[in-house]
Amino acid sequence: MTRKTILAVIAAMALIAGCATMMSDAEVSKKSLQVMKSSFKERGQAKLDRLDQDEVQAACSLYGTPDKVPKDVAQRLEQGQLKAVRYPADGKFVGDWKAGETIAQSGAGKQFNDDPTRPSGANCYACHQLSKQELSFGTIGPTLLNYGKLRGSSEETRKYTYAKVYNSNAFSACSNMPRFGHNGILTEQQIKDVVALLLDPESPVNK
Amino acid sequence: MEESRKWAGWSAITVAAVFAASIAQMAGAQQRTAVEDIARYRELLQDGNPAELWELRGETLWKTKRGPKGVSLEGCDLGLGSGMVKGAYAAMPRYFADADRVMDLETRLVHCMVTLQGFSLADAKKQPFGNGTDRKSDMEALVAFITAESKGVPMNVGITHPKEQEAFQIGRSMFFHRGGPHDFACATCHGESNKRIRLQDLPNLLEPGDAQRAYTTWPAYRVSQGELRTFQWRLYDCFRQQRFPELEFTSDGSIALTLFLARNANGGKFNAPAIKR
Repeated sequence: MTRKTILAVIAAMALIAGCATMMSDAEVSKKSLQVMKSSFKERGQAKLDRLDQDEVQAACSLYGTPDKVPKDVAQRLEQGQLKAVRYPADGKFVGDWKAGETIAQSGAGKQFNDDPTRPSGANCYACHQLSKQELSFGTIGPTLLNYGKLRGSSEETRKYTYAKVYNSNAFSACSNMPRFGHNGILTEQQIKDVVALLLDPESPVNK
Repeated sequence: MEESRKWAGWSAITVAAVFAASIAQMAGAQQRTAVEDIARYRELLQDGNPAELWELRGETLWKTKRGPKGVSLEGCDLGLGSGMVKGAYAAMPRYFADADRVMDLETRLVHCMVTLQGFSLADAKKQPFGNGTDRKSDMEALVAFITAESKGVPMNVGITHPKEQEAFQIGRSMFFHRGGPHDFACATCHGESNKRIRLQDLPNLLEPGDAQRAYTTWPAYRVSQGELRTFQWRLYDCFRQQRFPELEFTSDGSIALTLFLARNANGGKFNAPAIKR
């Protein structure tokens, strides 16, 4: 055998050996879920079913970061999520901005050490800039400073803002923002209060 | 008259605009100061690190004859041969043939406490974390001592054994696994560069520079908790905030995710126990 042939054979053998040990993506997902189920234990309100994924979570996990989701997949997910948005029966989208500010500041809720009878927060400031006076804000999400001032508060804007907080994925598939209404983190009234924080001219967001 | 009124109007607008701009500038300056203050606070913290107390206690624990069999842990093989501690942590997690399992340091210590010292598995895993006051954890002390012996050693985690490759793939999959009421995955906060939560900078654990800086500074003495925290604790508390159920100490999932993150930090000089806020 020539040296070239020997090298080719070695390369082929390495490839086969590699295939024998590396799992396919589907195999990895399946095995990974099995391992996770045996690596966590239920505590308080955090049951093991939190490891199970709905359609959106499964698809988004597969693509990693939001920017890698193919357009057609994103569109399909967004349409499905938008259909599932439940708007307030009284047709009102805006609540009390002061209550909204408290919700925006609080990161409590849904952790295994949280009291499930107490209301959750939305922790908006963890990821967004909202008001000039709160300097401790994160940058995972875009700035929302002057949100209402820039957009006005037409019926369309109020409805959109409610839906966006209710389910961010209805407009931006695989967004990093929790689906606050869809997943029952915030109540209808709390979402209205957060909408008020964003839209009310008296809110520090628009001052 | 008409002209002067117009002029007055324009002046008012200009004054308002200048005023608004200076307020924005002030807010920007305040923001910068806050960030600088935090950086200075972190610098000051480096002066004296209480982690040394954990290291000393850990060294004693390592060398003391303990357990039903009355032997020390000095015969424990951390991957470089029995009793070899220097540099061992920088190549963990790794596959151990005697257990036929990939193990991180904590898991290996539990293994040695059971096989060498004769502790029951339950006793060896009894108190992985200190409670912040009087109940300190022997595990955290042992980890402090052993990790300190890797200071200055470049991270070098291999994935040559099939079980190491499998752990890497599972750890990677766990990193991207969205779940729970908030849809959070590790990647939500640690998959992009130059992001913050509140004022806390977030390392992008998929990028070598950030991954190295983050991984090589755990374990760390947490000032806010008065405890030395291990990497097992780091993962445990991230998953709590992720709204997942409770991560089990030394579980296969915790080891797989640790291997994935440690491997991403390869090449970075190990620099812990560190001190953090």
